[in-house]
Amino acid sequence: MSAIFSKQFDTKLRLAAGAIVLTLGAGGAVLGYLLHPKQLDTGYTPVQPVAYSHKLHAGNLGIDCLYCHYTVDKSNYAAVPMTETCMNCHVRVREKSPKLQLVRESYATGQPVPWVKVHRLPDYVYFNHQAHVKVGVSCVSCHGRVDQMAEVRQVQPLSMAWCLECHRNPAANIRPAEYVTKLDWKPEGDPAEIGAKLMKAKGIKPPDNCSACHR
Amino acid sequence: MADLAIDPRTELNPPLVTGGATYSSVTDQISAITEGKPPKQWYVVMGVAIPLAMMLFGCLAYLVANGIGVWGNNSPVGWGWDITNFVWWIGIGHAGTLISAILFLFRQKWRTSINRAAEAMTLFAVACAGIYPLFHTGRPWRAIYWLFPMPNELLTMWQNFRSPLMWDVFAVSTYATVSALFWFVGLVPDLATLRDRATNPVRKTIFGILSLGWRGSASQWRHYELAYLILAGLSTPLVLSVHSIVSFDFATSLMPGWHTTIFPPYFVAGAVFSGFAMVVTLMTLARWVYGLENLITIKHLENMCKVMLATGTIVGFAYGTEFFIAWYSANQYERFIFLNRAFGPYAWAYWTMISCNVIAPQFFWFKKFRTSIPAMFTLSIFINIGMWFERFVIIATSLHRDFLPSSWGYFQPTWVDIGTFVGTMGLFLTLFLLFLRFLPAIAISEVKGVLHHQINTEKGVAH
Repeated sequence: MSAIFSKQFDTKLRLAAGAIVLTLGAGGAVLGYLLHPKQLDTGYTPVQPVAYSHKLHAGNLGIDCLYCHYTVDKSNYAAVPMTETCMNCHVRVREKSPKLQLVRESYATGQPVPWVKVHRLPDYVYFNHQAHVKVGVSCVSCHGRVDQMAEVRQVQPLSMAWCLECHRNPAANIRPAEYVTKLDWKPEGDPAEIGAKLMKAKGIKPPDNCSACHR
Repeated sequence: MADLAIDPRTELNPPLVTGGATYSSVTDQISAITEGKPPKQWYVVMGVAIPLAMMLFGCLAYLVANGIGVWGNNSPVGWGWDITNFVWWIGIGHAGTLISAILFLFRQKWRTSINRAAEAMTLFAVACAGIYPLFHTGRPWRAIYWLFPMPNELLTMWQNFRSPLMWDVFAVSTYATVSALFWFVGLVPDLATLRDRATNPVRKTIFGILSLGWRGSASQWRHYELAYLILAGLSTPLVLSVHSIVSFDFATSLMPGWHTTIFPPYFVAGAVFSGFAMVVTLMTLARWVYGLENLITIKHLENMCKVMLATGTIVGFAYGTEFFIAWYSANQYERFIFLNRAFGPYAWAYWTMISCNVIAPQFFWFKKFRTSIPAMFTLSIFINIGMWFERFVIIATSLHRDFLPSSWGYFQPTWVDIGTFVGTMGLFLTLFLLFLRFLPAIAISEVKGVLHHQINTEKGVAH
């Protein structure tokens, strides 16, 4: 019987198998990297129906975060302000600006402005906003320097690993409650040390068990 | 004089291959199945199996798109058909491992005609079983680092190694790996036979690669038999360990009705019981369609019926023991759960289980039933149904009555539950039919091993 395979066939087969394993492994690694929330979710900057600039309002004008987002330290949910909040000023300020057309319409009809949510968590995560703000986690820890953003974008991956990183070692992100909305706060001394002292004083122990967030 | 011609050994041990088979006729008969066109019945069954398998993929896609809420699982019945089907399929796989490993070590020669198909059945059953936990996660593409302790950037935590669900992952994946290896190693000499018979160059190349350069030399046989023995040794503990660990999913919990030490042996017996029932269901059909009556004889089938009788009786005894212990424990919750099992809202399922699992196999005490193909086929179907109900009863009855009556509920399957379950049967059948079509369904080289003994016995050569 004549041979079916050449003498080099075994070597070729092994090389081919090795190449397939390597290709699949490399492909998996690349895909895993690209699909990681760091790549996939950070930098998300949806176009808002009204060109509202946080840089102008919170940065240049210095309006405190809590003026508009007044539920963040009282509720599980960080509410988007209603149109009336905008109109507190805008009935007098730039009351004719074409950029505010939609806001005025909303004020007249009572239909909310369809703002697009930027920081979205999956529905299987129970995130309590006030719990974080009340213990002294600043807005900047999760949302970045919103006071410098013309358009709000997501700066952190909001992945589970990222949440856990802080829950396991939160000291650097804990500050005195009065500075929570001071996005440019620079403490005298090591923020981690200040945070550690505050944690001890207030008895802050962030949970890291499954049911803390997944109920 | 005629009486003297009958070898008394033949009386006790009827031949395992009949019809005057020779070495070459065995090779021809089994190889021809994979070489010619499949019979009409093959197409008919395939015509049913493929749409069902497609339905499975459809249901799974629907589940991934919508979340696991499309299943009937609810609170308090958080485990429904998914784990019922998982345990059922894993159990079915056990006959293959038992036949290939334990019967091999015990030198039970009757295993030779059925081990190949039973091992294939094991692999396909494990594949079907794996679907359920994988898709119960809702995001199966993430299951690789949810189920396996794989370092990753997304979870940044380890699995709970104290959880029997974690042990289950290892038990089942080890089982699948060892079974696949065992099956493949056993196939090598037969694949070489198919390679040597092949006339089509593509077929020759494919079987040439798969047979790993087998030439059938004495040294190759020596290595092969040693490898086979080692794999049989590795598989043997798996027959007992896999279903023991599956039973730990329940036994280590504190649920009344689950928290019992009887679970591991009782689950293993049930697994072997259901596995043999599935082998009988499939083999009676395969031997009829392919005319393999001379290789899979009544003797083989009768032996399997005896195994079903033994394991079925063990299972029945376990049911009784559970009730006794529930009474003897004097624990009101334990007593309630068992009375509720037999007379509560799931009584219909409980009595289906008892009739199929305890009463049905008792017919096998009679040789008439053990040697009648229609009887054993019907009874094996009943046992398959009964063993599915056993898992359903255990899971649903313990969960649907929580400790507080305010959290009492009832499980009802949705169309996705039903579609997925029937779909896995389609997938299983599709894979099994492809196996029958393309690979030698009976171990040619092993059958020749018993034939050698038989031919010599017939010739009167002393051993």
